[in-house]
Amino acid sequence: MPASPSDHEPANLIRLVGVEKSLGTQKVLRGVDLNIREGEKMVIIGRSGGGKSVLLKHILGLMRPDAGQVWFRDKDLAQLDEEQMVPLRKETGMLFQNGALFDSLTVGENVAFPLRERGNVDEKEIQSEVARALKIVDLPNQELKWPSQLSGGMRKRVALARAAIAKPALMLYDEPTSGLDPVVADSINKLMVRLGDELNMTSVIVTHDMVSAREVGDRIAMLYEGKIYCVDKPGVILESQDPVVKRFVNGISDASDAIF
Amino acid sequence: MTRYAQQIGSRFMGMLQATGQIVFLFQDIIRCLFRYPIRIGLLIRQIDFIGAKSVPVVMITGSFIGAVFAAQCEFQFRALGMSSAVGPVVAIAMCRELGPVLCALMIAGRVGSAMAAELATMKITEQIDALRALAVYPTEYLIVPRFLATLITLPILVGLAILCGIGAGYYVAVHVLGVPGVYYWNNTVKYTHDKDIWIGLVKGFFFGIIIVLIGCNKGLTAAQGAEGVGLATTEAVVDAFIIVLIANFFFTFLLNSIL
Repeated sequence: MPASPSDHEPANLIRLVGVEKSLGTQKVLRGVDLNIREGEKMVIIGRSGGGKSVLLKHILGLMRPDAGQVWFRDKDLAQLDEEQMVPLRKETGMLFQNGALFDSLTVGENVAFPLRERGNVDEKEIQSEVARALKIVDLPNQELKWPSQLSGGMRKRVALARAAIAKPALMLYDEPTSGLDPVVADSINKLMVRLGDELNMTSVIVTHDMVSAREVGDRIAMLYEGKIYCVDKPGVILESQDPVVKRFVNGISDASDAIF
Repeated sequence: MTRYAQQIGSRFMGMLQATGQIVFLFQDIIRCLFRYPIRIGLLIRQIDFIGAKSVPVVMITGSFIGAVFAAQCEFQFRALGMSSAVGPVVAIAMCRELGPVLCALMIAGRVGSAMAAELATMKITEQIDALRALAVYPTEYLIVPRFLATLITLPILVGLAILCGIGAGYYVAVHVLGVPGVYYWNNTVKYTHDKDIWIGLVKGFFFGIIIVLIGCNKGLTAAQGAEGVGLATTEAVVDAFIIVLIANFFFTFLLNSIL
Protein backbone atom coordinates (compact mmCIF):
# COMPACT_ATOMS: atom_id res chain seq x y z
CA MET A 1 0.00 0.00 0.00
CA PRO A 2 1.50 3.35 -1.03
CA ALA A 3 2.28 5.74 1.77
CA SER A 4 0.03 8.79 2.08
CA PRO A 5 1.70 12.23 2.13
CA SER A 6 0.84 12.58 5.82
CA ASP A 7 3.10 9.60 6.62
CA HIS A 8 6.12 11.60 5.41
CA GLU A 9 5.22 15.04 6.63
CA PRO A 10 5.65 15.94 10.31
CA ALA A 11 2.54 16.94 12.21
CA ASN A 12 1.58 20.58 12.43
CA LEU A 13 2.75 22.25 15.63
CA ILE A 14 0.92 25.51 14.87
CA ARG A 15 -2.22 25.92 12.80
CA LEU A 16 -3.70 29.35 12.07
CA VAL A 17 -7.24 29.25 10.72
CA GLY A 18 -8.91 32.40 9.41
CA VAL A 19 -7.18 34.67 11.95
CA GLU A 20 -8.49 38.23 11.89
CA LYS A 21 -7.30 41.15 14.02
CA SER A 22 -7.98 44.86 14.09
CA LEU A 23 -5.90 47.40 15.98
CA GLY A 24 -8.00 50.51 16.49
CA THR A 25 -9.70 51.17 13.20
CA GLN A 26 -7.07 49.37 11.13
CA LYS A 27 -7.72 45.77 10.13
CA VAL A 28 -4.24 44.23 10.33
CA LEU A 29 -4.99 40.55 9.76
CA ARG A 30 -7.80 39.67 7.36
CA GLY A 31 -8.07 35.89 7.59
CA VAL A 32 -4.63 34.32 7.94
CA ASP A 33 -4.40 30.58 7.25
CA LEU A 34 -1.02 28.97 7.87
CA ASN A 35 0.30 25.61 9.05
CA ILE A 36 3.72 25.32 10.66
CA ARG A 37 5.12 21.81 10.88
CA GLU A 38 6.99 20.40 13.83
CA GLY A 39 10.74 20.99 13.49
CA GLU A 40 10.56 23.29 10.48
CA LYS A 41 11.93 26.80 10.16
CA MET A 42 9.16 28.97 8.77
CA VAL A 43 10.08 32.48 7.67
CA ILE A 44 7.31 35.06 7.41
CA ILE A 45 8.08 38.02 5.16
CA GLY A 46 5.99 41.07 4.39
CA ARG A 47 6.04 44.84 4.38
CA SER A 48 6.58 46.95 7.49
CA GLY A 49 3.35 47.48 9.40
CA GLY A 50 1.84 44.54 7.56
CA GLY A 51 1.01 42.60 10.71
CA LYS A 52 3.94 40.16 10.93
CA SER A 53 4.74 40.93 14.58
CA VAL A 54 1.03 40.88 15.39
CA LEU A 55 0.83 37.42 13.83
CA LEU A 56 3.78 36.26 15.95
CA LYS A 57 2.06 37.53 19.10
CA HIS A 58 -1.03 35.52 18.19
CA ILE A 59 1.08 32.36 17.95
CA LEU A 60 2.30 32.96 21.50
CA GLY A 61 -1.15 33.93 22.78
CA LEU A 62 0.01 37.45 23.65
CA MET A 63 -2.81 38.72 21.45
CA ARG A 64 -6.19 37.17 20.85
CA PRO A 65 -7.77 37.05 17.40
CA ASP A 66 -11.01 38.90 16.75
CA ALA A 67 -12.02 35.89 14.66
CA GLY A 68 -10.45 32.57 13.72
CA GLN A 69 -8.38 30.04 15.63
CA VAL A 70 -4.75 29.64 16.64
CA TRP A 71 -3.98 25.98 17.33
CA PHE A 72 -0.88 25.00 19.30
CA ARG A 73 -0.88 21.21 18.94
CA ASP A 74 -4.46 20.34 20.02
CA LYS A 75 -5.19 23.53 21.96
CA ASP A 76 -6.94 26.59 20.53
CA LEU A 77 -5.13 29.51 22.18
CA ALA A 78 -8.10 31.80 21.61
CA GLN A 79 -10.11 29.67 24.08
CA LEU A 80 -7.47 29.63 26.85
CA ASP A 81 -7.10 32.16 29.63
CA GLU A 82 -3.76 33.62 30.67
CA GLU A 83 -3.06 30.90 33.27
CA GLN A 84 -4.02 28.03 30.97
CA MET A 85 -1.40 29.32 28.54
CA VAL A 86 1.43 29.07 31.08
CA PRO A 87 2.31 25.39 30.35
CA LEU A 88 2.29 26.10 26.60
CA ARG A 89 4.49 29.18 27.01
CA LYS A 90 7.00 27.08 28.94
CA GLU A 91 7.52 25.23 25.66
CA THR A 92 8.03 28.48 23.79
CA GLY A 93 10.73 31.12 23.50
CA MET A 94 10.47 34.49 21.81
CA LEU A 95 13.08 36.94 20.65
CA PHE A 96 11.45 40.38 20.64
CA GLN A 97 12.32 43.00 18.04
CA ASN A 98 14.21 45.21 20.50
CA GLY A 99 15.24 42.46 22.87
CA ALA A 100 12.80 43.41 25.66
CA LEU A 101 15.45 42.72 28.30
CA PHE A 102 14.36 43.48 31.85
CA ASP A 103 16.05 46.77 32.80
CA SER A 104 16.01 45.96 36.50
CA LEU A 105 18.01 42.74 36.03
CA THR A 106 21.62 42.24 34.98
CA VAL A 107 22.51 40.40 31.79
CA GLY A 108 23.17 37.22 33.77
CA GLU A 109 19.87 37.50 35.65
CA ASN A 110 18.01 38.11 32.39
CA VAL A 111 19.46 35.00 30.78
CA ALA A 112 18.91 32.92 33.92
CA PHE A 113 15.30 34.12 34.25
CA PRO A 114 13.57 31.24 32.39
CA LEU A 115 15.56 28.61 34.29
CA ARG A 116 14.88 30.22 37.68
CA GLU A 117 11.17 30.52 36.85
CA ARG A 118 10.95 26.84 35.93
CA GLY A 119 12.43 25.97 39.34
CA ASN A 120 14.08 22.65 40.25
CA VAL A 121 17.35 23.75 38.69
CA ASP A 122 20.43 23.93 40.87
CA GLU A 123 21.93 27.46 41.13
CA LYS A 124 25.39 26.21 40.11
CA GLU A 125 23.90 24.58 37.04
CA ILE A 126 22.05 27.83 36.22
CA GLN A 127 25.31 29.80 36.41
CA SER A 128 27.12 27.38 34.10
CA GLU A 129 24.17 27.32 31.65
CA VAL A 130 24.11 31.15 31.59
CA ALA A 131 27.86 31.30 30.94
CA ARG A 132 27.49 28.72 28.16
CA ALA A 133 24.53 30.53 26.56
CA LEU A 134 26.37 33.87 26.62
CA LYS A 135 29.44 32.24 25.06
CA ILE A 136 27.28 30.80 22.28
CA VAL A 137 25.94 34.28 21.41
CA ASP A 138 29.52 35.58 21.51
CA LEU A 139 29.14 37.62 24.70
CA PRO A 140 31.27 35.76 27.23
CA ASN A 141 31.75 37.17 30.75
CA GLN A 142 29.07 39.85 30.40
CA GLU A 143 26.86 38.52 33.21
CA LEU A 144 27.27 41.52 35.52
CA LYS A 145 26.53 44.22 32.95
CA TRP A 146 23.18 46.01 32.86
CA PRO A 147 21.08 46.04 29.69
CA SER A 148 21.53 49.83 29.49
CA GLN A 149 25.29 49.28 29.08
CA LEU A 150 24.85 47.17 25.93
CA SER A 151 24.54 48.16 22.27
CA GLY A 152 21.42 47.26 20.30
CA GLY A 153 23.09 44.22 18.74
CA MET A 154 24.39 42.98 22.08
CA ARG A 155 20.95 43.36 23.65
CA LYS A 156 19.47 41.28 20.87
CA ARG A 157 22.03 38.54 21.38
CA VAL A 158 21.41 38.50 25.14
CA ALA A 159 17.69 38.29 24.41
CA LEU A 160 18.36 35.35 22.09
CA ALA A 161 20.32 33.60 24.85
CA ARG A 162 17.42 34.22 27.26
CA ALA A 163 14.81 32.93 24.81
CA ALA A 164 16.73 29.77 23.92
CA ILE A 165 18.33 28.80 27.25
CA ALA A 166 15.43 26.62 28.35
CA LYS A 167 15.50 24.81 24.96
CA PRO A 168 11.87 25.44 24.02
CA ALA A 169 10.03 23.34 21.43
CA LEU A 170 9.00 26.48 19.54
CA MET A 171 11.12 29.59 18.98
CA LEU A 172 9.65 32.78 17.63
CA TYR A 173 11.98 35.44 16.24
CA ASP A 174 10.77 38.99 15.58
CA GLU A 175 13.20 40.68 13.17
CA PRO A 176 16.24 38.83 14.58
CA THR A 177 18.80 40.51 12.31
CA SER A 178 17.41 44.04 12.02
CA GLY A 179 19.85 46.70 13.18
CA LEU A 180 22.81 44.30 13.22
CA ASP A 181 25.97 44.51 11.14
CA PRO A 182 26.31 41.79 8.46
CA VAL A 183 28.82 39.75 10.47
CA VAL A 184 26.66 39.60 13.61
CA ALA A 185 23.56 39.06 11.47
CA ASP A 186 25.27 36.08 9.84
CA SER A 187 26.18 34.63 13.23
CA ILE A 188 22.54 35.01 14.35
CA ASN A 189 21.37 33.27 11.15
CA LYS A 190 23.76 30.39 11.76
CA LEU A 191 22.66 30.18 15.39
CA MET A 192 18.99 29.98 14.36
CA VAL A 193 19.81 27.15 11.96
CA ARG A 194 21.83 25.30 14.61
CA LEU A 195 19.13 25.68 17.27
CA GLY A 196 16.57 24.37 14.81
CA ASP A 197 18.66 21.45 13.58
CA GLU A 198 20.46 20.32 16.73
CA LEU A 199 17.60 20.75 19.20
CA ASN A 200 14.85 20.05 16.65
CA MET A 201 13.18 23.32 17.57
CA THR A 202 10.35 24.59 15.43
CA SER A 203 11.19 28.16 14.44
CA VAL A 204 9.01 30.98 13.17
CA ILE A 205 11.07 33.91 11.93
CA VAL A 206 9.58 37.24 10.99
CA THR A 207 12.00 39.27 8.88
CA HIS A 208 12.54 41.70 6.02
CA ASP A 209 16.05 40.39 5.56
CA MET A 210 16.07 38.32 2.37
CA VAL A 211 19.57 36.96 3.09
CA SER A 212 18.33 35.68 6.43
CA ALA A 213 15.17 34.26 4.87
CA ARG A 214 17.22 32.36 2.26
CA GLU A 215 19.78 31.03 4.76
CA VAL A 216 17.45 30.04 7.56
CA GLY A 217 14.05 29.16 6.14
CA ASP A 218 12.77 25.71 5.21
CA ARG A 219 9.71 27.50 3.88
CA ILE A 220 8.80 31.15 3.39
CA ALA A 221 5.32 32.59 3.81
CA MET A 222 4.53 36.04 2.48
CA LEU A 223 2.00 38.14 4.37
CA TYR A 224 0.33 40.61 2.06
CA GLU A 225 -2.69 42.79 2.78
CA GLY A 226 -3.49 40.87 5.95
CA LYS A 227 -3.45 37.41 4.36
CA ILE A 228 -0.88 34.75 3.53
CA TYR A 229 -0.23 35.49 -0.14
CA CYS A 230 1.99 32.46 -0.80
CA VAL A 231 3.95 29.75 1.04
CA ASP A 232 6.77 27.81 -0.54
CA LYS A 233 10.41 26.81 -0.39
CA PRO A 234 12.92 29.70 -0.32
CA GLY A 235 14.19 28.98 -3.83
CA VAL A 236 10.70 29.14 -5.29
CA ILE A 237 9.71 32.34 -3.45
CA LEU A 238 12.97 34.17 -4.13
CA GLU A 239 12.86 33.30 -7.84
CA SER A 240 9.11 33.92 -8.14
CA GLN A 241 7.90 35.90 -11.15
CA ASP A 242 4.71 36.94 -9.35
CA PRO A 243 4.80 40.77 -9.44
CA VAL A 244 3.89 41.23 -5.75
CA VAL A 245 6.47 38.71 -4.55
CA LYS A 246 9.11 39.86 -6.99
CA ARG A 247 8.73 43.49 -6.01
CA PHE A 248 9.12 42.66 -2.29
CA VAL A 249 11.99 40.22 -2.72
CA ASN A 250 13.95 42.60 -4.94
CA GLY A 251 13.09 45.65 -2.82
CA ILE A 252 11.44 47.66 -5.60
CA SER A 253 9.17 50.42 -4.31
CA ASP A 254 6.08 51.58 -6.13
CA ALA A 255 6.60 55.18 -5.04
CA SER A 256 6.49 57.93 -7.64
CA ASP A 257 9.53 59.97 -8.57
CA ALA A 258 8.22 63.02 -6.74
CA ILE A 259 10.40 64.51 -4.01
CA PHE A 260 9.55 66.87 -1.17
CA MET B 1 -22.93 72.77 22.47
CA THR B 2 -22.96 69.25 21.06
CA ARG B 3 -19.16 69.24 21.16
CA TYR B 4 -19.14 70.13 24.88
CA ALA B 5 -21.71 67.45 25.60
CA GLN B 6 -19.58 64.95 23.69
CA GLN B 7 -16.48 65.98 25.63
CA ILE B 8 -18.26 65.63 28.97
CA GLY B 9 -19.70 62.28 27.92
CA SER B 10 -16.31 61.05 26.75
CA ARG B 11 -14.63 62.09 30.02
CA PHE B 12 -17.37 60.43 32.03
CA MET B 13 -16.96 57.22 30.03
CA GLY B 14 -13.19 57.44 30.53
CA MET B 15 -13.68 57.72 34.29
CA LEU B 16 -16.02 54.74 34.31
CA GLN B 17 -13.54 52.74 32.26
CA ALA B 18 -10.64 53.62 34.59
CA THR B 19 -12.75 52.69 37.63
CA GLY B 20 -13.58 49.36 36.04
CA GLN B 21 -9.91 48.71 35.25
CA ILE B 22 -8.90 49.50 38.84
CA VAL B 23 -11.59 47.19 40.25
CA PHE B 24 -10.41 44.35 37.98
CA LEU B 25 -6.77 45.01 38.90
CA PHE B 26 -7.62 44.89 42.61
CA GLN B 27 -9.53 41.64 42.12
CA ASP B 28 -6.60 40.20 40.17
CA ILE B 29 -4.13 41.20 42.92
CA ILE B 30 -6.26 39.53 45.61
CA ARG B 31 -6.54 36.39 43.46
CA CYS B 32 -2.75 36.32 42.94
CA LEU B 33 -2.16 36.71 46.69
CA PHE B 34 -3.96 33.40 47.26
CA ARG B 35 -2.84 31.67 44.07
CA TYR B 36 0.96 32.28 44.02
CA PRO B 37 3.69 32.29 46.65
CA ILE B 38 4.90 35.79 47.54
CA ARG B 39 8.24 36.72 45.93
CA ILE B 40 10.14 37.75 49.03
CA GLY B 41 13.15 39.20 47.14
CA LEU B 42 10.97 41.50 45.04
CA LEU B 43 8.91 42.46 48.10
CA ILE B 44 12.03 43.48 50.03
CA ARG B 45 13.29 45.49 47.04
CA GLN B 46 9.96 47.35 46.88
CA ILE B 47 9.87 47.93 50.65
CA ASP B 48 13.32 49.47 50.32
CA PHE B 49 12.24 51.70 47.43
CA ILE B 50 8.78 52.67 48.71
CA GLY B 51 9.53 52.69 52.44
CA ALA B 52 13.19 53.17 53.32
CA LYS B 53 13.97 55.63 50.52
CA SER B 54 10.87 57.71 51.38
CA VAL B 55 11.90 58.20 55.01
CA PRO B 56 13.83 61.50 54.52
CA VAL B 57 11.03 63.05 52.43
CA VAL B 58 8.36 62.04 54.93
CA MET B 59 10.41 63.22 57.92
CA ILE B 60 11.09 66.62 56.37
CA THR B 61 7.44 67.08 55.32
CA GLY B 62 6.07 65.97 58.71
CA SER B 63 8.53 68.11 60.67
CA PHE B 64 7.94 71.36 58.81
CA ILE B 65 4.16 70.96 58.69
CA GLY B 66 4.13 70.27 62.44
CA ALA B 67 6.43 73.24 63.08
CA VAL B 68 4.42 75.70 60.98
CA PHE B 69 1.11 74.47 62.35
CA ALA B 70 2.36 74.84 65.94
CA ALA B 71 3.62 78.37 65.23
CA GLN B 72 0.32 79.47 63.61
CA CYS B 73 -1.72 77.97 66.46
CA GLU B 74 0.47 79.67 69.04
CA PHE B 75 0.11 83.06 67.30
CA GLN B 76 -3.70 82.77 67.47
CA PHE B 77 -4.00 81.09 70.89
CA ARG B 78 -1.62 83.55 72.55
CA ALA B 79 -4.28 86.30 72.40
CA LEU B 80 -6.72 83.99 74.17
CA GLY B 81 -4.15 82.91 76.76
CA MET B 82 -4.39 79.31 75.56
CA SER B 83 -0.85 78.71 74.37
CA SER B 84 -0.59 75.43 76.26
CA ALA B 85 -3.49 74.09 74.14
CA VAL B 86 -1.23 74.20 71.08
CA GLY B 87 0.19 70.75 71.94
CA PRO B 88 -3.02 68.68 71.70
CA VAL B 89 -4.25 70.66 68.70
CA VAL B 90 -1.02 69.95 66.81
CA ALA B 91 -0.95 66.30 67.91
CA ILE B 92 -4.57 65.58 67.00
CA ALA B 93 -4.29 67.41 63.67
CA MET B 94 -1.08 65.53 62.83
CA CYS B 95 -2.56 62.16 63.81
CA ARG B 96 -5.95 62.48 62.19
CA GLU B 97 -5.37 64.63 59.10
CA LEU B 98 -2.02 66.22 58.36
CA GLY B 99 0.15 63.16 58.93
CA PRO B 100 -1.76 60.65 56.78
CA VAL B 101 -2.82 63.10 54.05
CA LEU B 102 0.55 64.80 53.55
CA CYS B 103 2.43 61.53 53.78
CA ALA B 104 0.06 60.00 51.17
CA LEU B 105 0.53 62.99 48.87
CA MET B 106 4.31 62.75 49.16
CA ILE B 107 4.25 59.01 48.48
CA ALA B 108 1.87 59.50 45.55
CA GLY B 109 4.32 62.04 44.12
CA ARG B 110 7.43 59.97 44.72
CA VAL B 111 6.26 56.37 44.44
CA GLY B 112 2.96 56.43 42.52
CA SER B 113 4.61 58.34 39.69
CA ALA B 114 7.63 56.00 39.67
CA MET B 115 5.36 52.95 39.51
CA ALA B 116 3.39 54.41 36.61
CA ALA B 117 6.55 55.44 34.73
CA GLU B 118 8.33 52.13 35.26
CA LEU B 119 5.37 49.96 34.28
CA ALA B 120 4.52 52.18 31.30
CA THR B 121 8.13 51.97 30.08
CA MET B 122 8.07 48.20 30.54
CA LYS B 123 4.87 48.07 28.54
CA ILE B 124 6.08 50.13 25.59
CA THR B 125 9.44 48.30 25.44
CA GLU B 126 7.59 44.95 25.38
CA GLN B 127 9.07 43.86 28.73
CA ILE B 128 5.61 42.98 30.03
CA ASP B 129 4.96 40.90 26.90
CA ALA B 130 8.38 39.29 27.47
CA LEU B 131 7.31 38.33 31.01
CA ARG B 132 4.15 36.74 29.65
CA ALA B 133 6.16 34.99 26.95
CA LEU B 134 8.38 33.55 29.71
CA ALA B 135 5.27 32.08 31.36
CA VAL B 136 5.16 34.64 34.20
CA TYR B 137 1.90 36.34 35.11
CA PRO B 138 2.63 40.11 35.18
CA THR B 139 0.23 40.95 38.04
CA GLU B 140 1.87 38.34 40.25
CA TYR B 141 5.44 39.40 39.39
CA LEU B 142 5.11 43.17 39.04
CA ILE B 143 2.03 44.36 40.91
CA VAL B 144 1.70 42.13 43.98
CA PRO B 145 5.12 43.05 45.48
CA ARG B 146 4.39 46.77 44.94
CA PHE B 147 0.94 46.39 46.45
CA LEU B 148 2.13 44.55 49.57
CA ALA B 149 5.14 46.83 50.04
CA THR B 150 2.91 49.93 49.92
CA LEU B 151 0.43 48.46 52.40
CA ILE B 152 3.22 47.53 54.80
CA THR B 153 5.21 50.75 54.56
CA LEU B 154 2.58 53.49 54.32
CA PRO B 155 1.16 53.15 57.86
CA ILE B 156 4.77 53.12 59.16
CA LEU B 157 5.62 56.25 57.16
CA VAL B 158 2.43 57.92 58.41
CA GLY B 159 3.47 57.08 61.97
CA LEU B 160 6.87 58.60 61.31
CA ALA B 161 5.34 61.78 59.84
CA ILE B 162 3.09 62.10 62.90
CA LEU B 163 6.02 61.68 65.30
CA CYS B 164 8.14 64.21 63.42
CA GLY B 165 5.26 66.69 63.27
CA ILE B 166 4.56 66.43 66.98
CA GLY B 167 8.28 66.66 67.81
CA ALA B 168 8.86 69.67 65.58
CA GLY B 169 5.69 71.33 66.92
CA TYR B 170 6.97 70.86 70.46
CA TYR B 171 10.36 72.31 69.57
CA VAL B 172 8.92 75.43 67.91
CA ALA B 173 6.24 76.05 70.54
CA VAL B 174 8.44 75.44 73.58
CA HIS B 175 11.95 76.41 72.51
CA VAL B 176 11.22 79.12 69.94
CA LEU B 177 7.93 80.68 71.08
CA GLY B 178 8.33 80.09 74.83
CA VAL B 179 5.26 77.97 75.65
CA PRO B 180 5.86 76.18 78.99
CA GLY B 181 7.07 72.69 78.09
CA VAL B 182 5.42 70.82 80.97
CA TYR B 183 1.95 72.18 80.24
CA TYR B 184 2.44 71.64 76.50
CA TRP B 185 3.41 68.02 76.92
CA ASN B 186 0.89 67.20 79.68
CA ASN B 187 -1.98 68.60 77.60
CA THR B 188 -0.74 66.75 74.52
CA VAL B 189 -0.74 63.41 76.36
CA LYS B 190 -4.03 64.16 78.13
CA TYR B 191 -6.07 65.06 75.05
CA THR B 192 -4.52 62.79 72.43
CA HIS B 193 -6.06 59.30 72.47
CA ASP B 194 -5.25 55.95 70.89
CA LYS B 195 -8.21 56.52 68.58
CA ASP B 196 -6.50 59.56 67.03
CA ILE B 197 -3.40 57.52 66.22
CA TRP B 198 -5.42 54.59 64.87
CA ILE B 199 -7.40 56.89 62.58
CA GLY B 200 -4.13 58.15 61.06
CA LEU B 201 -2.66 54.70 60.58
CA VAL B 202 -5.83 53.21 59.11
CA LYS B 203 -6.12 56.15 56.72
CA GLY B 204 -2.51 55.57 55.70
CA PHE B 205 -3.29 51.92 54.91
CA PHE B 206 -6.23 52.81 52.66
CA PHE B 207 -4.38 55.70 51.01
CA GLY B 208 -1.67 53.15 50.20
CA ILE B 209 -4.21 50.99 48.36
CA ILE B 210 -5.42 54.04 46.40
CA ILE B 211 -1.88 55.13 45.41
CA VAL B 212 -0.67 51.70 44.32
CA LEU B 213 -3.82 50.85 42.36
CA ILE B 214 -3.86 54.17 40.51
CA GLY B 215 -0.09 54.15 39.85
CA CYS B 216 -0.01 50.58 38.59
CA ASN B 217 -3.19 50.91 36.53
CA LYS B 218 -1.90 54.05 34.82
CA GLY B 219 1.36 52.27 33.99
CA LEU B 220 -0.29 49.11 32.67
CA THR B 221 -2.77 51.01 30.51
CA ALA B 222 -0.33 53.65 29.18
CA ALA B 223 -0.49 54.52 25.51
CA GLN B 224 2.50 53.81 23.26
CA GLY B 225 5.46 56.16 23.01
CA ALA B 226 7.25 58.62 25.27
CA GLU B 227 4.14 60.78 25.43
CA GLY B 228 2.18 57.83 26.81
CA VAL B 229 4.74 57.33 29.60
CA GLY B 230 4.68 61.04 30.48
CA LEU B 231 0.90 61.18 30.51
CA ALA B 232 0.61 58.02 32.63
CA THR B 233 3.06 59.46 35.17
CA THR B 234 1.31 62.83 35.41
CA GLU B 235 -2.15 61.29 35.61
CA ALA B 236 -1.01 58.82 38.29
CA VAL B 237 0.01 61.72 40.54
CA VAL B 238 -2.92 64.04 39.82
CA ASP B 239 -5.55 61.28 40.10
CA ALA B 240 -4.01 59.91 43.31
CA PHE B 241 -3.96 63.43 44.85
CA ILE B 242 -7.62 64.01 44.02
CA ILE B 243 -8.84 60.57 45.10
CA VAL B 244 -6.81 60.70 48.36
CA LEU B 245 -8.28 64.11 49.24
CA ILE B 246 -11.84 63.06 48.41
CA ALA B 247 -11.46 59.69 50.18
CA ASN B 248 -10.04 61.49 53.22
CA PHE B 249 -13.29 63.39 53.64
CA PHE B 250 -15.32 60.18 53.77
CA PHE B 251 -12.76 58.29 55.89
CA THR B 252 -12.86 61.11 58.44
CA PHE B 253 -16.56 60.58 59.08
CA LEU B 254 -16.49 56.82 58.70
CA LEU B 255 -13.51 56.18 60.99
CA ASN B 256 -14.75 58.68 63.54
CA SER B 257 -17.95 56.70 63.91
CA ILE B 258 -16.32 53.24 63.79
CA LEU B 259 -13.20 53.61 65.96
